[in-house]
Amino acid sequence: MIKVQNLAKMFGTKRAVDGVSFSVDRGEVLGFLGPNGAGKSTTMRMITGFLPPTSGAVSVGGFDIVQHPIEARRLIGYLPENAPAYTDMTVYGFLNFTAEIRGLRGDARKQAVGRVVEMCFLKAVLHQSVETLSKGFRHRTCFAQSIIHDPDVLVLDEPTDGLDPNQKYEVRQLIRRMGEKKAIIFSTHILEEVDAACSRAIIIDRGKIVANGTPAELRQKSDSAGAVTLRVKGVASVTVTTRLYQVPLVKRVTLLDDKDGHVTVRAFPKAGANGALAQAIGEAAHDWQIEQLQAEEGRLDDVFRSITMPDTAKEVAQ
Amino acid sequence: MNAWRNVWTITKRELGAYFTSPLAYVFIVIFLLLCGFFTFFVAHFLEAGEASLVRPFFDWHPWFYLFLVPAVGMRLWAEERRVGTIELLLTMPITAWQAIVGKFLASWLFLALALLLTFPMVLTVRYLGHPDIGIIFTAYIGSWLMAGAYLAVSCITSALTRSQVVSFIISVMVCLFLILAGYPPVINVLEQFAQPWLADLVTSFSVMTHFEGFQKGVLDSRDIIFFLSVIVFSLFTTSVILRTHRAG
Repeated sequence: MIKVQNLAKMFGTKRAVDGVSFSVDRGEVLGFLGPNGAGKSTTMRMITGFLPPTSGAVSVGGFDIVQHPIEARRLIGYLPENAPAYTDMTVYGFLNFTAEIRGLRGDARKQAVGRVVEMCFLKAVLHQSVETLSKGFRHRTCFAQSIIHDPDVLVLDEPTDGLDPNQKYEVRQLIRRMGEKKAIIFSTHILEEVDAACSRAIIIDRGKIVANGTPAELRQKSDSAGAVTLRVKGVASVTVTTRLYQVPLVKRVTLLDDKDGHVTVRAFPKAGANGALAQAIGEAAHDWQIEQLQAEEGRLDDVFRSITMPDTAKEVAQ
Repeated sequence: MNAWRNVWTITKRELGAYFTSPLAYVFIVIFLLLCGFFTFFVAHFLEAGEASLVRPFFDWHPWFYLFLVPAVGMRLWAEERRVGTIELLLTMPITAWQAIVGKFLASWLFLALALLLTFPMVLTVRYLGHPDIGIIFTAYIGSWLMAGAYLAVSCITSALTRSQVVSFIISVMVCLFLILAGYPPVINVLEQFAQPWLADLVTSFSVMTHFEGFQKGVLDSRDIIFFLSVIVFSLFTTSVILRTHRAG
């Protein structure tokens, strides 16, 4: 549904987005990750046709966003960053306006407004002015606007920003449900959201895509992916590390914690261990009192940090 | 067909926005008070003993509009940019033109309403004597067209900034220029700094001379075209500004 090819955007001499390409099909939820200022919002603004790209192309449902903007925009629902809404209108008035401008009239409009009011839990504030809404309600009002015409493509810029944990949960559930029938892109810097809602994730840094894959694939890139954490009681930490180093699959052992006789270590596998490490360590530690033995799946925030940080580390070194 | 539907949707929203804030009511009250005050106490309408609204009433309009129209137009785009709703508006399946025209029309209709509410003035002069209704009618038309020209200029300045105050100040200055463009001191300054063709162009921009015809009861197509072309040109400039602003 969404095809982005070699998209680039210059602001003056600054390259905000630098040759980004990806595509999102129906039934996919793409998580768009990256540090602040990485070019997430700029990319989304180009996809929705708000900013014209400096070079490259975006097509939505087969329509080029520059050549056929109206046809393409009809397919898109867009939640901009900070969820703007007309502050002088009531929630009801605002939703009616957006429905009308999306070409919904009469009964169709009434139904559409009713549907999103229910989906986004806006009934309580329906006749309240947008200006007086709390951040969460305002956010949901703008979100409701983006799905009012039941679009095939949803572009959501930080849809859970400023929501409380319950609302975040609801929105993620909503995104996941809608993702079964639509093509969705949403940006976030909350990594747990990627697991909760995405079928695929892209990490973008300084305008370039630095990683692209399913959440599981991304986790694989983590240092700790495949490592095994072991906690035992009543054994000296030196004994633990020495014995673990004798396990053939172990490449490296680090001591995480040693307190009140509880020792926690993490063993990293050699290449090709393929998940057999936990078994091997369990056997090596068979005569100790094991409190915890856990194979790590890898952590997204480790991946995120290691992918988006090394450049700054290099700069500091220079 | 569909295009005008979109324009009308925008117009309805903007008109609604005027009347949900106190701005509209404050504006109308101030406008009517100013009209009444200047007509009766400054121009001495009653003492003049003349059954005509031209001098005592319509003569003030270019000056009232100088401050009041920028106040009406300043929020059109500046507010959209400040709140960020411009991003919503311009990613809807409408063209930028439809949004620009819709917003302009809303403000222009609002000004028409304010102007229509001065009808007691007409009733008064009808009660006191036998005015030429034709002249009053054409003067109203001219006044409304002039307001539209000011308003279109305010659209430009509003699109330039996200601050309503800045927009207001710049458009007051430009509108003042439109009034004074026909005055000799301004022409002299221009001839020193600008090329002759530009000076000529600016000179022909004075709204005063074009409004004059309407006040004499003449519907001159040149005057009408002048005001309409100021409007079209300004709205076109607005669209260019909005586009370059987005192009980064």
